[in-house]
Amino acid sequence: MSRQSNRTTDSKKMNSELFTLTYGALVTQLCKDYENDEEVNKQLDKMGYNIGVRLIEDFLARSSIGRCQDFRETADVIAKVAFKMYLGITPSVTNWSPAGDEFSLILESNPLVDFVELPDNHSTLIYSNLLCGVLRGALEMVQMAVDVKFAQDTLRGDSVTEIRMKFIKRIEENLPAGDE
Amino acid sequence: MADESLFDFLHMEIVAHVYKEQQSSKGEMDNKDRAVCISVLEGMGFRVGQGLIERLTRDSPSFKDELDIMKFICKDFWTKVFRRQVDNLRTNHQGTYVLQDNKFVLLTQMSSGKQYLDQAPKYLAFSCGVVRGALSNLGLESVVTAEVSAMPSCKFQVVIQKL
Repeated sequence: MSRQSNRTTDSKKMNSELFTLTYGALVTQLCKDYENDEEVNKQLDKMGYNIGVRLIEDFLARSSIGRCQDFRETADVIAKVAFKMYLGITPSVTNWSPAGDEFSLILESNPLVDFVELPDNHSTLIYSNLLCGVLRGALEMVQMAVDVKFAQDTLRGDSVTEIRMKFIKRIEENLPAGDE
Repeated sequence: MADESLFDFLHMEIVAHVYKEQQSSKGEMDNKDRAVCISVLEGMGFRVGQGLIERLTRDSPSFKDELDIMKFICKDFWTKVFRRQVDNLRTNHQGTYVLQDNKFVLLTQMSSGKQYLDQAPKYLAFSCGVVRGALSNLGLESVVTAEVSAMPSCKFQVVIQKL
Protein backbone atom coordinates (compact mmCIF):
# COMPACT_ATOMS: atom_id res chain seq x y z
CA MET A 1 0.00 0.00 0.00
CA SER A 2 2.62 2.49 1.06
CA ARG A 3 4.79 1.83 -1.97
CA GLN A 4 2.04 2.51 -4.38
CA SER A 5 0.98 5.74 -2.74
CA ASN A 6 4.56 6.89 -2.34
CA ARG A 7 5.16 6.65 -6.00
CA THR A 8 2.22 8.79 -6.95
CA THR A 9 3.02 11.46 -4.41
CA ASP A 10 6.77 11.58 -4.98
CA SER A 11 6.41 12.33 -8.64
CA LYS A 12 4.72 15.60 -7.84
CA LYS A 13 7.12 16.90 -5.23
CA MET A 14 8.38 20.40 -5.69
CA ASN A 15 10.74 22.88 -4.18
CA SER A 16 9.08 23.73 -0.90
CA GLU A 17 11.11 26.90 -0.55
CA LEU A 18 9.31 28.25 -3.58
CA PHE A 19 6.03 27.52 -1.86
CA THR A 20 7.10 28.99 1.47
CA LEU A 21 8.50 32.15 -0.08
CA THR A 22 5.50 32.61 -2.34
CA TYR A 23 3.19 32.31 0.61
CA GLY A 24 5.32 34.87 2.41
CA ALA A 25 5.04 37.23 -0.53
CA LEU A 26 1.28 36.82 -0.44
CA VAL A 27 1.01 37.63 3.26
CA THR A 28 3.27 40.63 2.79
CA GLN A 29 1.09 41.86 -0.04
CA LEU A 30 -2.08 41.39 1.99
CA CYS A 31 -0.58 43.36 4.84
CA LYS A 32 -0.01 46.18 2.36
CA ASP A 33 -3.50 45.90 0.87
CA TYR A 34 -5.39 45.89 4.15
CA GLU A 35 -5.14 48.11 7.13
CA ASN A 36 -5.58 45.68 9.94
CA ASP A 37 -4.54 42.14 10.73
CA GLU A 38 -8.13 41.02 11.20
CA GLU A 39 -8.86 41.73 7.57
CA VAL A 40 -5.69 39.92 6.47
CA ASN A 41 -6.68 36.88 8.53
CA LYS A 42 -10.08 36.92 6.90
CA GLN A 43 -8.63 37.16 3.40
CA LEU A 44 -6.19 34.32 4.03
CA ASP A 45 -9.03 32.17 5.27
CA LYS A 46 -11.12 33.00 2.23
CA MET A 47 -8.31 32.22 -0.19
CA GLY A 48 -7.63 29.01 1.68
CA TYR A 49 -11.28 28.08 1.36
CA ASN A 50 -11.13 28.58 -2.40
CA ILE A 51 -8.07 26.35 -2.53
CA GLY A 52 -9.63 23.73 -0.29
CA VAL A 53 -12.75 23.23 -2.37
CA ARG A 54 -10.54 22.42 -5.34
CA LEU A 55 -7.77 20.64 -3.51
CA ILE A 56 -10.19 18.02 -2.20
CA GLU A 57 -10.75 16.72 -5.72
CA ASP A 58 -7.04 16.35 -6.28
CA PHE A 59 -6.75 14.64 -2.93
CA LEU A 60 -9.57 12.15 -3.44
CA ALA A 61 -8.36 11.30 -6.92
CA ARG A 62 -4.81 10.66 -5.82
CA SER A 63 -5.30 9.02 -2.45
CA SER A 64 -8.18 6.71 -3.39
CA ILE A 65 -9.67 7.20 0.05
CA GLY A 66 -13.39 6.68 0.40
CA ARG A 67 -15.94 8.26 2.68
CA CYS A 68 -14.95 8.48 6.34
CA GLN A 69 -17.14 6.64 8.84
CA ASP A 70 -16.67 9.05 11.69
CA PHE A 71 -14.82 12.17 12.76
CA ARG A 72 -11.96 10.16 14.23
CA GLU A 73 -11.25 8.60 10.90
CA THR A 74 -11.44 12.03 9.28
CA ALA A 75 -8.86 13.30 11.74
CA ASP A 76 -6.54 10.43 10.90
CA VAL A 77 -6.86 10.94 7.18
CA ILE A 78 -6.18 14.66 7.50
CA ALA A 79 -3.10 14.22 9.67
CA LYS A 80 -1.55 11.10 8.20
CA VAL A 81 -2.49 11.30 4.54
CA ALA A 82 -3.43 14.84 3.53
CA PHE A 83 -0.83 16.80 5.52
CA LYS A 84 1.77 14.25 4.50
CA MET A 85 0.87 14.49 0.86
CA TYR A 86 0.71 18.25 0.56
CA LEU A 87 3.10 19.61 3.15
CA GLY A 88 5.29 16.62 3.92
CA ILE A 89 4.54 16.68 7.64
CA THR A 90 2.44 14.48 9.91
CA PRO A 91 0.79 16.42 12.72
CA SER A 92 -0.31 14.50 15.78
CA VAL A 93 -3.97 14.25 16.67
CA THR A 94 -4.74 14.98 20.32
CA ASN A 95 -7.09 16.62 22.81
CA TRP A 96 -10.27 14.86 21.79
CA SER A 97 -13.37 16.28 23.35
CA PRO A 98 -15.43 13.73 25.30
CA ALA A 99 -18.14 13.84 22.64
CA GLY A 100 -15.59 13.09 19.94
CA ASP A 101 -16.55 16.12 17.89
CA GLU A 102 -13.48 18.22 18.54
CA PHE A 103 -9.74 17.58 18.27
CA SER A 104 -6.41 19.32 17.84
CA LEU A 105 -3.72 18.96 15.24
CA ILE A 106 -0.29 19.61 16.71
CA LEU A 107 2.26 20.70 14.15
CA GLU A 108 5.86 20.11 15.15
CA SER A 109 7.06 22.09 12.19
CA ASN A 110 5.04 24.30 9.93
CA PRO A 111 6.48 24.56 6.41
CA LEU A 112 4.62 27.81 5.81
CA VAL A 113 6.62 29.68 8.44
CA ASP A 114 10.12 28.46 7.59
CA PHE A 115 11.83 31.83 7.20
CA VAL A 116 9.32 33.95 9.04
CA GLU A 117 9.51 36.32 11.93
CA LEU A 118 6.48 38.39 12.87
CA PRO A 119 7.16 42.07 13.46
CA ASP A 120 5.81 43.53 16.70
CA ASN A 121 3.08 45.54 15.03
CA HIS A 122 1.43 42.42 13.64
CA SER A 123 0.75 40.64 16.88
CA THR A 124 -2.77 39.63 15.93
CA LEU A 125 -1.86 38.32 12.49
CA ILE A 126 -2.53 34.60 12.13
CA TYR A 127 0.19 33.97 9.62
CA SER A 128 -0.83 30.49 8.51
CA ASN A 129 -4.55 31.16 8.52
CA LEU A 130 -4.74 29.92 4.94
CA LEU A 131 -4.56 26.39 6.32
CA CYS A 132 -7.80 26.85 8.25
CA GLY A 133 -9.57 27.89 5.10
CA VAL A 134 -8.16 24.97 3.17
CA LEU A 135 -9.36 22.46 5.78
CA ARG A 136 -12.78 24.06 6.04
CA GLY A 137 -13.26 24.23 2.26
CA ALA A 138 -12.07 20.71 1.63
CA LEU A 139 -14.27 19.17 4.34
CA GLU A 140 -17.29 21.14 3.19
CA MET A 141 -17.00 19.41 -0.18
CA VAL A 142 -17.35 16.06 1.58
CA GLN A 143 -20.46 17.24 3.42
CA MET A 144 -18.86 18.19 6.70
CA ALA A 145 -19.26 21.61 8.21
CA VAL A 146 -16.26 22.15 10.45
CA ASP A 147 -14.95 25.05 12.46
CA VAL A 148 -11.17 25.42 12.15
CA LYS A 149 -8.91 27.82 13.97
CA PHE A 150 -5.43 28.26 15.32
CA ALA A 151 -5.34 27.75 19.07
CA GLN A 152 -1.58 28.15 19.42
CA ASP A 153 1.14 29.38 17.09
CA THR A 154 4.91 29.18 17.50
CA LEU A 155 5.20 32.46 15.61
CA ARG A 156 3.42 34.17 18.45
CA GLY A 157 5.52 32.64 21.16
CA ASP A 158 3.61 29.44 21.89
CA SER A 159 5.62 26.26 22.26
CA VAL A 160 3.72 24.38 19.56
CA THR A 161 1.41 25.15 16.68
CA GLU A 162 -2.08 23.85 17.31
CA ILE A 163 -5.03 23.80 14.95
CA ARG A 164 -8.35 23.17 16.67
CA MET A 165 -11.07 21.51 14.61
CA LYS A 166 -14.68 21.27 15.68
CA PHE A 167 -17.32 19.28 13.87
CA ILE A 168 -20.50 21.34 13.47
CA LYS A 169 -22.84 19.25 11.37
CA ARG A 170 -23.20 17.00 8.42
CA ILE A 171 -24.32 18.91 5.36
CA GLU A 172 -27.40 17.46 3.71
CA GLU A 173 -26.89 16.41 0.14
CA ASN A 174 -28.98 17.60 -2.81
CA LEU A 175 -29.12 21.07 -1.32
CA PRO A 176 -26.37 23.21 -2.80
CA ALA A 177 -26.00 26.55 -1.04
CA GLY A 178 -28.23 29.25 -2.45
CA ASP A 179 -30.39 26.79 -4.36
CA GLU A 180 -34.03 26.82 -3.37
CA MET B 1 8.46 18.95 0.82
CA ALA B 2 5.43 20.72 -0.48
CA ASP B 3 3.29 19.34 -3.22
CA GLU B 4 3.10 21.02 -6.59
CA SER B 5 -0.65 21.16 -6.87
CA LEU B 6 -0.73 23.15 -3.65
CA PHE B 7 1.56 25.72 -5.23
CA ASP B 8 -0.49 25.79 -8.42
CA PHE B 9 -3.67 26.49 -6.48
CA LEU B 10 -1.95 29.10 -4.34
CA HIS B 11 -0.63 30.83 -7.42
CA MET B 12 -4.10 30.91 -8.97
CA GLU B 13 -5.54 32.40 -5.80
CA ILE B 14 -2.84 35.05 -5.70
CA VAL B 15 -3.52 36.07 -9.28
CA ALA B 16 -7.26 36.15 -8.63
CA HIS B 17 -6.78 38.18 -5.47
CA VAL B 18 -4.57 40.81 -7.06
CA TYR B 19 -7.01 41.30 -9.92
CA LYS B 20 -10.02 41.43 -7.64
CA GLU B 21 -8.34 43.94 -5.38
CA GLN B 22 -7.63 46.25 -8.29
CA GLN B 23 -11.09 45.83 -9.75
CA SER B 24 -13.04 46.45 -6.58
CA SER B 25 -11.33 49.77 -5.99
CA LYS B 26 -12.08 51.00 -9.49
CA GLY B 27 -15.12 49.17 -10.82
CA GLU B 28 -14.08 48.71 -14.41
CA MET B 29 -10.55 47.79 -15.39
CA ASP B 30 -8.65 49.49 -18.14
CA ASN B 31 -5.20 48.77 -19.53
CA LYS B 32 -3.54 50.86 -16.87
CA ASP B 33 -5.17 48.84 -14.08
CA ARG B 34 -4.05 45.64 -15.73
CA ALA B 35 -0.53 46.99 -15.86
CA VAL B 36 -0.74 47.68 -12.12
CA CYS B 37 -1.84 44.11 -11.46
CA ILE B 38 0.97 42.73 -13.55
CA SER B 39 3.47 44.88 -11.73
CA VAL B 40 2.17 43.84 -8.31
CA LEU B 41 2.47 40.17 -9.27
CA GLU B 42 5.88 40.79 -10.75
CA GLY B 43 7.00 42.49 -7.58
CA MET B 44 5.89 39.54 -5.47
CA GLY B 45 7.77 37.20 -7.77
CA PHE B 46 10.85 39.38 -7.59
CA ARG B 47 11.09 39.02 -3.84
CA VAL B 48 10.58 35.26 -4.10
CA GLY B 49 13.29 34.99 -6.76
CA GLN B 50 15.71 36.89 -4.58
CA GLY B 51 15.10 34.56 -1.67
CA LEU B 52 15.26 31.42 -3.78
CA ILE B 53 18.56 32.21 -5.42
CA GLU B 54 20.19 32.73 -2.05
CA ARG B 55 19.19 29.22 -1.08
CA LEU B 56 19.99 27.59 -4.39
CA THR B 57 23.46 29.03 -4.93
CA ARG B 58 24.64 28.23 -1.42
CA ASP B 59 26.85 25.37 -2.61
CA SER B 60 27.56 26.36 -6.17
CA PRO B 61 30.88 27.82 -7.32
CA SER B 62 30.94 31.44 -8.39
CA PHE B 63 30.07 32.27 -11.95
CA LYS B 64 32.54 33.18 -14.69
CA ASP B 65 30.41 35.56 -16.68
CA GLU B 66 26.93 36.55 -17.70
CA LEU B 67 26.45 33.53 -19.96
CA ASP B 68 27.50 31.26 -17.15
CA ILE B 69 24.80 32.79 -14.96
CA MET B 70 22.20 32.37 -17.67
CA LYS B 71 23.14 28.73 -18.10
CA PHE B 72 22.72 28.22 -14.38
CA ILE B 73 19.28 29.84 -14.56
CA CYS B 74 18.25 27.62 -17.46
CA LYS B 75 19.46 24.37 -15.93
CA ASP B 76 19.66 24.30 -12.15
CA PHE B 77 17.34 27.14 -11.29
CA TRP B 78 14.64 26.18 -13.76
CA THR B 79 14.77 22.55 -12.64
CA LYS B 80 14.39 23.47 -8.99
CA VAL B 81 11.67 26.04 -9.51
CA PHE B 82 9.75 25.04 -12.61
CA ARG B 83 10.63 21.31 -12.47
CA ARG B 84 12.19 21.01 -15.90
CA GLN B 85 15.04 22.50 -17.89
CA VAL B 86 14.64 25.32 -20.34
CA ASP B 87 14.33 23.75 -23.78
CA ASN B 88 16.13 26.40 -25.71
CA LEU B 89 18.37 29.34 -24.83
CA ARG B 90 19.24 31.94 -27.40
CA THR B 91 21.21 35.11 -27.14
CA ASN B 92 22.40 37.91 -29.36
CA HIS B 93 25.54 38.23 -27.20
CA GLN B 94 24.56 41.78 -26.37
CA GLY B 95 22.64 41.13 -23.24
CA THR B 96 19.40 39.80 -24.66
CA TYR B 97 18.44 36.21 -23.94
CA VAL B 98 15.42 34.22 -24.97
CA LEU B 99 14.53 31.24 -22.82
CA GLN B 100 12.03 28.91 -24.34
CA ASP B 101 10.11 26.42 -22.26
CA ASN B 102 7.88 24.18 -24.36
CA LYS B 103 5.85 22.96 -21.43
CA PHE B 104 5.78 25.75 -18.91
CA VAL B 105 4.56 24.36 -15.64
CA LEU B 106 1.99 27.04 -14.80
CA LEU B 107 0.37 26.82 -18.22
CA THR B 108 0.12 23.06 -18.71
CA GLN B 109 -3.11 22.74 -16.75
CA MET B 110 -4.74 25.59 -18.57
CA SER B 111 -4.86 24.72 -22.22
CA SER B 112 -2.90 23.33 -25.08
CA GLY B 113 -3.39 25.59 -28.01
CA LYS B 114 -4.82 29.05 -28.31
CA GLN B 115 -7.76 28.83 -25.96
CA TYR B 116 -7.49 31.29 -23.03
CA LEU B 117 -4.44 32.87 -24.67
CA ASP B 118 -5.61 36.31 -23.56
CA GLN B 119 -5.44 35.14 -19.93
CA ALA B 120 -1.84 33.97 -20.17
CA PRO B 121 -0.06 37.22 -19.22
CA LYS B 122 -1.50 37.30 -15.71
CA TYR B 123 -0.30 33.79 -15.02
CA LEU B 124 3.22 34.60 -16.17
CA ALA B 125 3.89 37.90 -14.40
CA PHE B 126 4.82 36.21 -11.14
CA SER B 127 7.30 33.90 -12.86
CA CYS B 128 8.88 36.79 -14.75
CA GLY B 129 9.43 38.43 -11.38
CA VAL B 130 10.98 35.27 -9.97
CA VAL B 131 13.52 35.17 -12.80
CA ARG B 132 14.27 38.88 -12.50
CA GLY B 133 14.70 38.60 -8.75
CA ALA B 134 17.08 35.69 -9.13
CA LEU B 135 19.18 37.55 -11.68
CA SER B 136 19.14 40.65 -9.55
CA ASN B 137 20.71 38.84 -6.62
CA LEU B 138 23.34 37.46 -8.97
CA GLY B 139 24.28 41.00 -9.86
CA LEU B 140 22.40 41.37 -13.12
CA GLU B 141 19.72 44.03 -13.40
CA SER B 142 17.29 43.00 -16.09
CA VAL B 143 13.88 43.32 -17.64
CA VAL B 144 12.04 40.04 -18.03
CA THR B 145 8.97 39.63 -20.19
CA ALA B 146 7.07 36.57 -21.32
CA GLU B 147 5.46 35.80 -24.60
CA VAL B 148 3.08 32.99 -25.47
CA SER B 149 1.92 32.11 -28.93
CA ALA B 150 0.36 28.74 -28.08
CA MET B 151 0.05 27.24 -24.63
CA PRO B 152 1.76 25.60 -22.84
CA SER B 153 4.85 26.82 -24.68
CA CYS B 154 6.32 30.06 -23.44
CA LYS B 155 9.25 32.32 -24.27
CA PHE B 156 10.87 34.48 -21.62
CA GLN B 157 12.88 37.37 -22.87
CA VAL B 158 15.59 38.65 -20.58
CA VAL B 159 17.22 41.96 -21.39
CA ILE B 160 20.19 42.71 -19.17
CA GLN B 161 20.47 46.36 -18.25
CA LYS B 162 23.98 47.64 -18.69
CA LEU B 163 24.94 50.16 -16.06
